[in-house]
Amino acid sequence: MSNQELAHPELAGVEVAEDSGDLSRSEVILKGALAAGAVYGLGMVAPFVRRALAASEGGDVGILNFALTLEYLEADFYAEARRRAGASGELKGLIGLLAMDEQQHVEALSASVKKLGGKPAAKPKFDFPYSNTAGFLALAQTLEDTGVSAYNGAGPMIASKEVLAAAGGIVQVEARHAAAIRLQNEAEPSPAAFDPALDEAQVLKAVEPFLA
Amino acid sequence: MPERKEREIETRGVSRRRFMALGGGSAAAAAFLAACGDDDGMTTTTMGASGRGSDETAQFGKGDVGILNYALTLEYLETAFYAEVVKSGLFEGGDLETIRKFGSEEAQHVAALTAAVKELGGKPAPKPKTEFPLESAKTVLELAGTVENLGAAAYLGQAANIESPEVLASALAIHSVEGRHAATLNTLLGQSITPDGAFAKPADVKSVLKSVEPFIVG
Repeated sequence: MSNQELAHPELAGVEVAEDSGDLSRSEVILKGALAAGAVYGLGMVAPFVRRALAASEGGDVGILNFALTLEYLEADFYAEARRRAGASGELKGLIGLLAMDEQQHVEALSASVKKLGGKPAAKPKFDFPYSNTAGFLALAQTLEDTGVSAYNGAGPMIASKEVLAAAGGIVQVEARHAAAIRLQNEAEPSPAAFDPALDEAQVLKAVEPFLA
Repeated sequence: MPERKEREIETRGVSRRRFMALGGGSAAAAAFLAACGDDDGMTTTTMGASGRGSDETAQFGKGDVGILNYALTLEYLETAFYAEVVKSGLFEGGDLETIRKFGSEEAQHVAALTAAVKELGGKPAPKPKTEFPLESAKTVLELAGTVENLGAAAYLGQAANIESPEVLASALAIHSVEGRHAATLNTLLGQSITPDGAFAKPADVKSVLKSVEPFIVG
């Protein structure tokens, strides 16, 4: 992957690492989803996630744990941004709101995994590549759009109607976050009428190294 | 986009359950239903009590066709609303651009939903005759905010009732766009982008139709 060809180079710089070096299935899928977005654009995230979840054997617990890992990433991202994004005024307030929402998603998803008799995924360590407010905003936009696509990709794989409805309640909030961050960036809050989907074979080839 | 959906629906007439079996999803759905109660911190749903609410949209057709036609009716309404707002001359500059863009996205939803209904062998719902109060920029923006937040909640209320995985994937792709529209309008209005908090709430068919009734004149 040469950097100049990446659709979203800032995504390629996000590091996901578990302390022990032994990546869980959820972390592997998350890394793949980020790689898919980085290489081919965010339209690739949904088909990639859908395919990766279909290939794993975790059922709804596996899907919820993947969502939990994604929310860990977002919660950490905004908690850290409160300290180092250099934001003030309206943006500072927005970061506070987003941090709170993502933390609530983490807690709800952990509780749901436990209710289904599963073990909540452990929180990985993350590293976010930005050094100023503009860099933070660019990464925030990409991460929120990625989150929306990841949930939309996971949705059709969910067996339980209750879990699906709950995931829907979260993804709509992610979409709202994405629009708000995009407005801060003076970007189109709703860039397309649908999430575009490209060819799945392409993305799988691109992210193969992450799924070994 | 509509072309792609048509093709997918054509080639995959499987139900969501069979699709999941193919995809390696867990079969223990009954256990999940029992385990995933109301007190887990996630939003509760309108169909939670009965476990099935697809009859809600029976007046629009059977099963997924009914849900798609219900969505189509709402998208027709949104499209007509934005078209009238653009013509009203109440907006200019960036706000007008946003309104135009959202209107064009709603029109694309109409086209995609119409195609999907036909592919499922159904008859697309007729375009309703609509009328909207367009008094001032402020009241129009407020109405737009109401309509978009309601639209997002309407999709959320139906997601779990959809049988076909392809229809569900399409509905989810539209649902999040409605969420983006809603948050944008809320921002323009100086309101919270997430009025329901961290978990968006669904709306049932009855309350959605009651809310839009004043704008449908035939």
